[in-house]
Amino acid sequence: MIVAEGLEKTYTSGGRPLPVLRQIDLEVPPEAFISIVGPSGSGKTTLLGLLAGLDEPTAGRVRLDGQDIFALTEDGRAEFRAQNVGFVFQTFHLLPTLTALENVLVPLELRGEYAGARERAGALLARVGLGERTGHYPAQLSGGEQQRVALARAFVNRPKILFADEPTGNLDRETGSSIVAMLEELNHDAKTTLVLVTHDVSLAERAHRVISLSSGRIASDRPGNAAPVAVGVGR
Amino acid sequence: MSEPTARTAPRVRPRFAWRLAIRELRHGFRRVGVYMASITLGVGALVSIHSFRDDVARSVQEEADVLMGANARLAGDAPLPANVESVLDSLGSAGAGVARVTTATSMVFAPASNMVRLLQVRALDEGYPYYGDVTTRPAGAWGAHLEPGRALVDPAVLTQLAVDVGDTLIVGLSRLEIAGTVDDLPTDLAYQTAIGPRVHVSQATLAESQLLVVGSLARYEAFLRLPDIGDRRAVRERYDSIFDAADVGYTLAEEQAQSLSNGVRFLGRFLGLVGLGALLLGGVGVASAIHVYIREKRAAIAVLRCIGAHQGTAFAAYLLQAALLGLGGALAGVVVGIGAQALMPTVLANVLPVDVTTRFSIGSAAAGLGIGVWVALIFALIPLLGVRDVPPLAALRHDFEPGGRRVDALRLVVYALAAGSVVLLCTIEAPEPEVGLGFAGALAAAAVLVSATGWLLTRAARRWFPAGAPYPVRQGVSNLFRPQNQTLSVTLALGFGAFVIGTIVEVGGSIRDELTLSFGAGQPNVLLFDVQRDQVDGVLALMPESVRPSADVTPLVTSRIAAINGRTPDELRQNPNREERPEGWAVRREYRNTYRPFIGPAEQLVRGRWWDGTPGSEDDTTIDSGDLAGVSLEEDVAVSLRADLGDTITWEVSGIDVPTVVTSIRRVDWERLEPNFFAVVEPGVLEAAPQTIVMVARLPDETQRAALQRELIGRFPNVSALDFSRVQEAIDTVLSRVRQAVAFLGAFSALAGVIVLLGALATSRVQRLREGALLKTLGARRPQVLTVLLSEYIALGTVATASGLVLAVVGAAIVVPTVFEMAYAPSVGALALIWIVVGALTVVVGILGSRDLLRRAPLPVLREAPE
Repeated sequence: MIVAEGLEKTYTSGGRPLPVLRQIDLEVPPEAFISIVGPSGSGKTTLLGLLAGLDEPTAGRVRLDGQDIFALTEDGRAEFRAQNVGFVFQTFHLLPTLTALENVLVPLELRGEYAGARERAGALLARVGLGERTGHYPAQLSGGEQQRVALARAFVNRPKILFADEPTGNLDRETGSSIVAMLEELNHDAKTTLVLVTHDVSLAERAHRVISLSSGRIASDRPGNAAPVAVGVGR
Repeated sequence: MSEPTARTAPRVRPRFAWRLAIRELRHGFRRVGVYMASITLGVGALVSIHSFRDDVARSVQEEADVLMGANARLAGDAPLPANVESVLDSLGSAGAGVARVTTATSMVFAPASNMVRLLQVRALDEGYPYYGDVTTRPAGAWGAHLEPGRALVDPAVLTQLAVDVGDTLIVGLSRLEIAGTVDDLPTDLAYQTAIGPRVHVSQATLAESQLLVVGSLARYEAFLRLPDIGDRRAVRERYDSIFDAADVGYTLAEEQAQSLSNGVRFLGRFLGLVGLGALLLGGVGVASAIHVYIREKRAAIAVLRCIGAHQGTAFAAYLLQAALLGLGGALAGVVVGIGAQALMPTVLANVLPVDVTTRFSIGSAAAGLGIGVWVALIFALIPLLGVRDVPPLAALRHDFEPGGRRVDALRLVVYALAAGSVVLLCTIEAPEPEVGLGFAGALAAAAVLVSATGWLLTRAARRWFPAGAPYPVRQGVSNLFRPQNQTLSVTLALGFGAFVIGTIVEVGGSIRDELTLSFGAGQPNVLLFDVQRDQVDGVLALMPESVRPSADVTPLVTSRIAAINGRTPDELRQNPNREERPEGWAVRREYRNTYRPFIGPAEQLVRGRWWDGTPGSEDDTTIDSGDLAGVSLEEDVAVSLRADLGDTITWEVSGIDVPTVVTSIRRVDWERLEPNFFAVVEPGVLEAAPQTIVMVARLPDETQRAALQRELIGRFPNVSALDFSRVQEAIDTVLSRVRQAVAFLGAFSALAGVIVLLGALATSRVQRLREGALLKTLGARRPQVLTVLLSEYIALGTVATASGLVLAVVGAAIVVPTVFEMAYAPSVGALALIWIVVGALTVVVGILGSRDLLRRAPLPVLREAPE
């Protein structure tokens, strides 16, 4: 469950206040899949950052799984994310010096879970179709493969909430589509709450709910296509 | 939903940090590894110097007996008195070995070449040296000098007199056949023979030559073979009072070795500071590398924070990497240091007292390792603190910058730790704590000044660079301001290297200039002594006419102190009060006094008044000497004699007492070549006394000097001539060796500078590749890209080297006049050469490091390096 109340964010630019988000109230039930859409500069990424506790709001609060995350210190929020949150980024953000398997292991090791970690990470990589490439470095993988590693990394600690920032933004249409299908399936299986930020309207429509932002406000909040399309994974 | 686990306290995960560090290093090593080399060089310099210091100290102690040629030595400036001789006899009959060595200075003539030189004649008893092997040519000739009519000589004698083995030398009244050369006498300091080459003869030969008459300048020594250390000490305890009363020094082999190694240790400590300079420069390289590394890792750190890494975990992961890199660099440095340690004896060969054997010193290696890791960590910590400032949001927004750098307690602690470490290391390395503090201060000042000069020059280049210059040149110069270019640290590193080398050149050059001035143009270069009064005109006549008017003629009256204030030297020495008791050497020595109406050019009157009433600079008391002549004492000898203004000193001159009153005290610059004196007597009393004359002249031409010496030996055989140009050559040899050693280590600093440059190139490679690709995409051809690069590195090399050299000149302008009391003038040629060499090195390294940029097609580069 994600609850945002009266969320506001104002940056200062050239000595003048620049409001980016205004009065956002939002409630996302557990296991829901919502997408956030809007033109550039509408505040999508800022909202995602605040919901995940990556930045502090100017006003308002966010509760994740009942926890007021801004009541925690920065390190407290990190610890909270380690236990409850997964991320998928537009530019994949794999650690370039780590192999695919080691990248997937990071969230587990950060939680101090070493026993059985390699098996679990390996199984997840196999599930996203990379069972044979666990020892490859990101530079040796294509964009789609890197994003699949990122998916495995996001799900490996069985997060309650997954934040995805333009996960298909750097991929061609076909690859992007298969990534989304995997995301949906993993989300469904793990019963994760999924928050997806995207420019891609057709992708956004695959969510249960589509929240549209404009000039830092919620312009619309409407149901999306609540029936996810099942696509086989583990090719 | 379960209660979130985040309510538990956040934890640093050391195991994760360790794993991440190891995994990151597998890849990052290539990028940051080059910086390890700067630590490597610094540690290498330190380890080699420390180990070498140990080597010298150990070698000297191990060789103590060999260095003395005996276990103990008695030495005096007069023939050993009867009571000392009887001590020697009783020691001899008790089984100790006793060998007498007498060393005198004499003109030696070689009929074969018709040449003459002032040499040392050394008469030895059989048995000496008791320890060590003497190397002669032909082999096995040691002992030939004990035969009548034969001598062994130092190899330099052959060159100086242009003779060969088998030729004849005339020493006093003796004709001696050269039986061979002494190539290595283990008792010699390496540089000793360069200053005074010797002719080795037997005691009997010396006696026959009649060189030694009463009052002759000679050194009388007796070497003892007393293998048991207890015996040596017992001799001191038992006979100390006899030796002391006879003004004979008793020295044990290990004491001599200790004083020798002290001198070398002092030199080693100064070299240690130079090595530390190289290491700290490496530290700057580390700081600069980690700074760029952390910037590159910003996205990775942000992602780690996003997915739940504690600030401390991320910090620990990168701190561990820095520590591992430092450890690797320091370990490599230990290996380099051990290699360089083996080179040190060769580099310093002529200034070392013994043949140094190198041995692995675990203490020095451990110290180098520890200091290296510590310096790497401390310098890495400063940029590493930035890890804490990377916000998780940077994973979503690459351009997100948190407001301002945090100034917190930890940052202040790290800065304090860095400054404290530098001061501590300098203090430990320096010969004295004050020197270490001064060195640390000088380092800080140099770093600030080189950076400031570099900053100013770079700004000036941008501000006043001609707007009409071609685009590639302007682009190259403006590249100095590329955000991650590390221009300041490269300037600091290269500039500091140039500063060290520039300072060595400038200070060393000034010392050499000063020596050349002392011995060189316009300065006297020939000293003639033992000239009799009636020979002055004849000797002058042997000199070219143009030289005669400037020749300085000074009378020398041999005197001894008969009494001070009516008390004889023996009575004075019995004074139980040490404060009042004059020093033995001062009251008993043979003085060579002069008389003249004027104050000499190397003298300054400090107390009392000169004969003509000229007042002392510190005290102008007038002393009425009554009917007695006045005498002016040199200030140090006055202290040793416990004599002051108004005291009466009675001189014994050829059996006649000449009482004088101390009317003034002079300060003498002994380094000047004019004849200088402990005591100058007022004119009017010594004119009739037996005296010899010292003459000083300048004969610019070497052949004139040689001719004068030949003529002298033919017509005035009693006159000795000393050619200063020989002395200058010997001093030059020693000085140039010391300079070489400092330059050898200075090169470590310069090399460290080049490595920092290499590292800066490696770390900004992606950025430069992208810029080059962009230029190519926009239509730049390879020559234009090359021009951009050339302009950048020429500008960088010029600015960095100039900053260092400006500081070197400023430093030398302060140090040379104040510390060395010499005039300073910058040697423009040498400075220009350093500028060109270091500048060219920068350009070459820069261009070589940018080969990729010229070679690679733009598209793959832009794809690989998206931002």
